[in-house]
Amino acid sequence: MEQILVNGAILAANYALIALGITLIFSIMNVLNFAHGQMFMLGGLLVYWLVVQIGLPYAAALIGATIIVGVIGMAFEVFFFRQVMRNSTREENTMLLAVGTALLLENAALSLFGEKQRGVPPIVSGVYKLGDAFLPANRAFVFGVSVVLIVAVLLFVNYSRTGRAMRALAQDRTATLLMGVNTARVSTLGFGLGAALAAVAGGLLITVSGVNAGVGTAISTKAFIMIMIGGAGVVSGALLGAVALGFIEAFGYAYLPGSLTYLMIFVALIIFLLIRPQGIMGKPWG
Amino acid sequence: MATATDPAPTRGEKRVLGPFLLIFAPLAAVLFVAIPFVLADMPYWLNVVTNACLLSFASLGVWLTFSIGRVNIAQGAFCLIGGYTVGGLTTFGGLSFWLALPFGGAAAALVGYIIGYPLLRLRGIYFAMVTLSLTEAVRLAFLYFGTMVGVTSITSIPSPPGITSPMAFYLFAAALLILGYAGIWRLQSSRTGGVFRSMRQNEELAASIGIDVARYRVFAFTICCFMGGIAGGIFAALQQNVYPQSYTVADSINFMLYCFLGGLEFVLGPIVGTFALVVSFELLRAIQEYQALLYGILMIVVMLFLPNGLLSFFPALKRLSGGRK
Repeated sequence: MEQILVNGAILAANYALIALGITLIFSIMNVLNFAHGQMFMLGGLLVYWLVVQIGLPYAAALIGATIIVGVIGMAFEVFFFRQVMRNSTREENTMLLAVGTALLLENAALSLFGEKQRGVPPIVSGVYKLGDAFLPANRAFVFGVSVVLIVAVLLFVNYSRTGRAMRALAQDRTATLLMGVNTARVSTLGFGLGAALAAVAGGLLITVSGVNAGVGTAISTKAFIMIMIGGAGVVSGALLGAVALGFIEAFGYAYLPGSLTYLMIFVALIIFLLIRPQGIMGKPWG
Repeated sequence: MATATDPAPTRGEKRVLGPFLLIFAPLAAVLFVAIPFVLADMPYWLNVVTNACLLSFASLGVWLTFSIGRVNIAQGAFCLIGGYTVGGLTTFGGLSFWLALPFGGAAAALVGYIIGYPLLRLRGIYFAMVTLSLTEAVRLAFLYFGTMVGVTSITSIPSPPGITSPMAFYLFAAALLILGYAGIWRLQSSRTGGVFRSMRQNEELAASIGIDVARYRVFAFTICCFMGGIAGGIFAALQQNVYPQSYTVADSINFMLYCFLGGLEFVLGPIVGTFALVVSFELLRAIQEYQALLYGILMIVVMLFLPNGLLSFFPALKRLSGGRK
């Protein structure tokens, strides 16, 4: 039982990074980032490449991968999303563009890194014992870094000037523009930050379970589940969704046969959305 | 947002029939004369266009859910249901393909009808995300219950009696596509099509003038699922097998992409989008290594310069050359 709770907490912390990133992008840009899982994957594979092939220390590789993916995210916003949002008559078009960028990233990763499952050796060795549960030191490290980053992002979004501008943008784009905020810059930063968060999550998880180039769609699906549980575009909802999914998954894998866990999660999700279509924290539409 | 190919439903049959024949006749000519003539001796390419026809048929259904303002990423699930129904009935039930096929469509339509009522209350990205989950849920359901029963995949499904050559199969698929196209065109130019468009623009407003919104949107979704089931059933017979992983989230996303790429304002959109993507994918096979990469770039470029689909090229051209939209 303790073991399940420990596993759930570690999963939840990592998922929270993913959910925060996709929520940030959704609330600021109103874009459902289909490429989020691919950004996660790219972050992981870049860390692998920097550590194993280039020989950088892990910390430098993690920071490097985060910056690279963050810049890719910003470039996507400037060169792709901004243009399409200006020209298209339907807002769903950004969804297609996001799928296009997902394909692009996935196939770029395939030709650059191959299709093999890649892993990085654990950063710290050793095992802690919490009650009856075993906690490998490496997972504790991943958990710690994730929590620190989540707190940092929350502080940034809530208290910094740019963070406030992002929240204002999420509430009302026109009003923010009228208040003299450089919305283009804030949008670009927000997209970059969201992408960077996905990359950090991937870079952390590659030390635990490894990452391959095809993992993107599954991660994106998980990200969607989390924001459906919590409510799209709400930061507290994203965290809640991540915690819920992390623990449900940990319990499911402990008590149910493999494919049944996610089947139950999907069925439960569909029933949940019938009762509360906007998620736990989301605002009802209309 | 009416365009030249999107006539108002109240203007009478003549206005509707004119543009319809203008597109229908060339489409039929391409499907039944040009393609069979050019590809007669190329069974591989014949198979590619057969696939494209069947995928277009399923995409037409997805287009219909777009016309009520829902982004549907569940078509793969219904193809899977249709595929398993037809595969099971023909392989284990001993039924003829032609008898089993309607059951495949009906099974998918029934599932769509039942879950459509609650699911279609969602909209926007919530509907997109929940239908994406549905694709994965149905795949896992077949995997899990299949493992329980001991039959996860159905192989050596008999091919349809009476269809012996790739050409015959192609002509069957093309006939189905042209039938589906005519049907969807008829639907979207009828009063029901007008109701669908009004729901896309503003569902509350549509409800306020007495339209039973819930019934109409389930109607559209059920037709979409039916078409998915039929396409899935034929695919099962064409490939002679069906696995839980025959249709994954990526396939459902592709159906949505085909519609987007062709243009959501046009009934022809899903057909143009499917053929463009399927054929370009095959052509890019020549440069093996970078095929998929170029495919992604191609899609982004189209989106950047023709954000409203390939077919919006013609109105754009008209605007550029000084004509009125």
